[in-house]
Amino acid sequence: MRVRTSSLSLTAFMLEPVAALGRYSLLLYHAFRSLGDFKVYRKNISEQMMRVGIDSIPIVALAAAFSGAVTTVQTAYQLVSPFIPKTIIGSIVVPSMILELGAVVTGFILAGRVGARIAAELGTMRVTEQIDALEAMGLNSIGYLIVPRVLAGIVMFPVLYIAASFIGITGGLFVGSLSGYVTAGEFIDGAREFFQPFDPIFGVIKSLVFGFVITSISCYKGYFTGGGAEGVGKSTTQAAVTSCVYILLADLVLAIVLL
Amino acid sequence: MIEVEHIYKSFGGKPVLIDVSLRISEGETLAIIGRSGSGKSVLMKHLIGLLKPDRGRVLVDGIDIDAISYDELRKVRREFGVLFQGGALFDSMNSFENVAFPLRTFTDMTEAEIRAEVEQCLSMVQLPDVGPKMPAELSGGMRKRVALARAVALRPRYVIYDEPTSGLDPETSNTIDELIKSLTDQLHMTNIVVTHDMHSVLTIADRAAFIHNGHMHWTGTIEALHESHDPVLCRFVRANEYQIGKPALRT
Ligand SMILES: Nc1ncnc2c1ncn2[C@@H]1O[C@H](COP(=O)(O)OP(=O)(O)O)[C@@H](O)[C@H]1O
Ligand SMILES: [Mg+2]
Repeated sequence: MRVRTSSLSLTAFMLEPVAALGRYSLLLYHAFRSLGDFKVYRKNISEQMMRVGIDSIPIVALAAAFSGAVTTVQTAYQLVSPFIPKTIIGSIVVPSMILELGAVVTGFILAGRVGARIAAELGTMRVTEQIDALEAMGLNSIGYLIVPRVLAGIVMFPVLYIAASFIGITGGLFVGSLSGYVTAGEFIDGAREFFQPFDPIFGVIKSLVFGFVITSISCYKGYFTGGGAEGVGKSTTQAAVTSCVYILLADLVLAIVLL
Repeated sequence: MIEVEHIYKSFGGKPVLIDVSLRISEGETLAIIGRSGSGKSVLMKHLIGLLKPDRGRVLVDGIDIDAISYDELRKVRREFGVLFQGGALFDSMNSFENVAFPLRTFTDMTEAEIRAEVEQCLSMVQLPDVGPKMPAELSGGMRKRVALARAVALRPRYVIYDEPTSGLDPETSNTIDELIKSLTDQLHMTNIVVTHDMHSVLTIADRAAFIHNGHMHWTGTIEALHESHDPVLCRFVRANEYQIGKPALRT
């Protein structure tokens, strides 16, 4: 009897990721099938866009400015040699910001900030039967709760990414010239020299994917919360952690596929 | 009319409902009674398809709600108003918006019409002034009354109440019972009241259905309940008398 239970739970344990992926896909399928009820969600979408996007600008700007500044100082430190032109600092900092840092720094911050908030909100709605109440009224709760959040993520992340890259580069330029490592002119010349038009496009695609990854995973964790207030805490943590893991994964996959 | 036909439901191998059948006629107030954890809420969630039975059928006005598409099920659900155990008010909206929500979502009423309707619903539950208050600012009893206003805002034919008086003091419980009675008289609804509060059953119900150990142990009118000598049912009714400190079966 004991053997059977443990082997059962082992099978269950091994199948859990598959089952989770199934539930996640089904959730997204139902969400996007209900796009037709757009009228009902319209007000929600603008509200979510405010909360995902506008409210996150200060913290994203802060993090971006510092990462731009630090990258500049470190690059300058590693490349102090009379044989290397100082313009190289701009050539390195600007693409790193556009290709990687702008999107990833934004992604990590929003995984914590937006991801945790979405999971806590939906989790609370689940355990206090608010989701049941929506369903009981005859509303599609998946469409009503999830579509606006995921759409807001997909729309607002690229905006935040562009802001982050811009602010990061400005931060690098500012700190680099203030501390005397590189003049603003050299920095910009270096940036121009190696600029690839595809870089910002890649960054936008990446941030779009990150926006989807974070919001959809957090919605999934929150929507399927079980077990009272404790369950809400668990979902919230898991949403942030899982989002971060999948951001790293998506980052790698996109780099391999698109670069 | 709602017909529950031989439904079974288990969670993770643990049976919660075993061969449960029930019939709810138009215009009556039926109380589903039983101890905590006996499966009352699970049964109630089957009536609107929030849970699907492992076996058996639930028919609402002759329609098997587990055999229809989700969109059709949503139409059936609009015939229902549900008062959830904790009220389940949307905590991102104030009381007014909570009651207005079904009106905004499912009708083409103008803003002025919505305002008038919400005000009327809130005065029906004797809370005309709580509109601007957020759910977190309300007491448990007030939250349930606002939730009741929201549940009947669209004038549903069926209203389900999950433990409308549990966790409330006797006086507030009486207020809620009175409200349910007067709403039923005004709006001619069919009521399903899930409760373990016998006082409330005797005040508002026409008929009772007693769930015990997952089985539908006893069903009958309130008069039959008074006269029943079923030992399990009598024990449940008597336990209630001690709990609320007043005779549940009044003569
Ligand atoms: N979604 C669920 N998953 C697993 N078990 C559940 C679920 N809902 C209810 N149960 C179990 O079913 C039993 C009956 O619950 P419920 O219907 O809520 O009781 P009550 O009669 O107090 O309303 C309980 O043992 C509960 O743990
Ligand atoms: Mg219950």
